[in-house]
Amino acid sequence: MISLTRRSWLTLAVMALLAVLPPVFYLTGNPYYLDLATRLAILAIAAVSLNLILGYGGLVSFGHAAFVGLGAYAVGIPAHHWLYGGLDFLATTSGLVQIPLAVAVCALFALVTGAICLRTKGVYFIMITMAFAQMIYYLIVSIEEYGGDDGLVIDTRSELPVVNLDNPLHLFGLSYVALVVAMLLVRMIVRSRFGMVLQGAKGNPERMVTLGFNVYAYRLTAYVISGAMSGFAGALLGNFTTFISPEMMDWSRSGELMFMVILGGAATTLGPVLGAIVFIVAEEALSSFTIYWHLPFGLMLMAVVLFARGGLMGMLRGRGEDRE
Amino acid sequence: MSVVLDIAGLNKSFGGIKATDDLNLSVEAGELHAVIGPNGAGKTTLISQLCGTQTPDSGRIRFKGRDITGMKPYARAHLGITRSFQITSLILEMSVIDNIALAVQARDGHSFRFIRAARKIAPLRREAMALLQRVGLADKAELPTGALSHGEHRHMEIAIALGAQADLMLLDEPMAGLGIEESAEMVTLLRDLKGKHSILLIEHDMDAVFALADRISVLVYGHIIATGTPDEIRSNDAVQHAYLGEE
Ligand SMILES: Nc1ncnc2c1ncn2[C@@H]1O[C@H](COP(=O)(O)OP(=O)(O)OP(=O)(O)O)[C@@H](O)[C@H]1O
Ligand SMILES: [Mg+2]
Repeated sequence: MISLTRRSWLTLAVMALLAVLPPVFYLTGNPYYLDLATRLAILAIAAVSLNLILGYGGLVSFGHAAFVGLGAYAVGIPAHHWLYGGLDFLATTSGLVQIPLAVAVCALFALVTGAICLRTKGVYFIMITMAFAQMIYYLIVSIEEYGGDDGLVIDTRSELPVVNLDNPLHLFGLSYVALVVAMLLVRMIVRSRFGMVLQGAKGNPERMVTLGFNVYAYRLTAYVISGAMSGFAGALLGNFTTFISPEMMDWSRSGELMFMVILGGAATTLGPVLGAIVFIVAEEALSSFTIYWHLPFGLMLMAVVLFARGGLMGMLRGRGEDRE
Repeated sequence: MSVVLDIAGLNKSFGGIKATDDLNLSVEAGELHAVIGPNGAGKTTLISQLCGTQTPDSGRIRFKGRDITGMKPYARAHLGITRSFQITSLILEMSVIDNIALAVQARDGHSFRFIRAARKIAPLRREAMALLQRVGLADKAELPTGALSHGEHRHMEIAIALGAQADLMLLDEPMAGLGIEESAEMVTLLRDLKGKHSILLIEHDMDAVFALADRISVLVYGHIIATGTPDEIRSNDAVQHAYLGEE
């Protein structure tokens, strides 16, 4: 007999609402909410992927927005050359090229930077992940051809079979399905033997090493998976905004992703999605009042860290459900 | 008898402190070799160098005839060396059985396996459960590790060392902080291991050491001042003077 925990019910309910409500709004003449939900789903993919290393791996990466930005540029740069010429081998509007490119570039960037970052610990790890992200930020700023810090307009969205990304419903559908797949993927990984090692290394790396696990290699693998998934989210984000700029990779963007994971509940399946929902709603509600809308955000996060360890998911925990 | 572990001329300093001073020691197959010595003598530092989490300044460590002095800790574990920690070193966030299952899983060579849920792999769970049974913790298997007592944690340390099925077990004060009854249980457990594994046992509890050990080495200021059978050590003047006499 299948008995679901309170958490599982909540996950199913939230994901069902997220699937149904936005299209209903759209079809009843409120297209704005569909856009909001699309952005939510895309940011949630990035948060879910960050959760793999931050929540389950205990690796506080403060540079995750770099992967999102790189993924977006992997769509924007080929589209730019397709329209304006140059670099013929790159020029394309095909999503079947752009999206794998986004994933591959981010995986490679994660492999190279992760190999270095993961040799450090604690605050140093936080600083160096942030430093690599800023490095990419300034690299893009310095390239005139792609608009420097003015950014780049994506004139043509990725062309894909079956779905038409110019249709908001299609773009939402793809983002939503991608989010569900990302959640299931991370869930599968953290429950696997690999995931147990990753979580063990979060709790006690010295023990894991003396058991015979090369903790560094496991963490690096998780870092690459996480970076690649965020690159995918970036490719979607580029298609959603059709305007990309280095600002997407700013450290404050990385901070927002961390906010979503920690506020929603690190090391839970639904947590990052809940965090993304709170983030989007708060941004909407607060940014119309004040440009300093990040301040109440910071206060909210502090309250959660101080009073509700485990984030929103932690508050909803039922007896005997404290582990995934 | 063949020599499993052979340490020659090992040195290690922390700043001005010589934690290991020209240390020579061997463990034979199936032997329980105890190392005793006062606080700060360098016992834990010795174990850390043997399992590779600390690097000696000079000297050589051989395991089954193979020089492992510069080998990475995880690689040594694969060769068949395992340790338990003086200060309990468990994954407190995980359940008791998950901790043990990880030790069993570690023997598979690698764990880059992403698909099947680890908790659904029957052989892993079964073996972890059998180990818990052996140390008397079967009924606590599903509890979070943080909820267990200190004594139970010490038993978990042993179960993990057993799960590694190592040829050489390095046990760092398994009785540290245990009450009289718990210590007696631990002695029974260690006696059961004796002969099945080669063991380097560090322990302050003299009754336990003299009851269990085949040979005893006395470590003072990083240097071994005497090695011998329990009877030889008991009647050794230098040891009497430096260590046992104080009691
Ligand atoms: N990482 C370190 N850095 C500096 N000094 C250290 C370090 N580890 C150990 N020491 C010093 O080396 C000496 C030996 O320490 P060690 O922990 O090996 O002793 P021990 O014999 O295990 O003592 P105990 O019986 O208290 O467990 C001590 O003087 C200790 O202060
Ligand atoms: Mg010690």
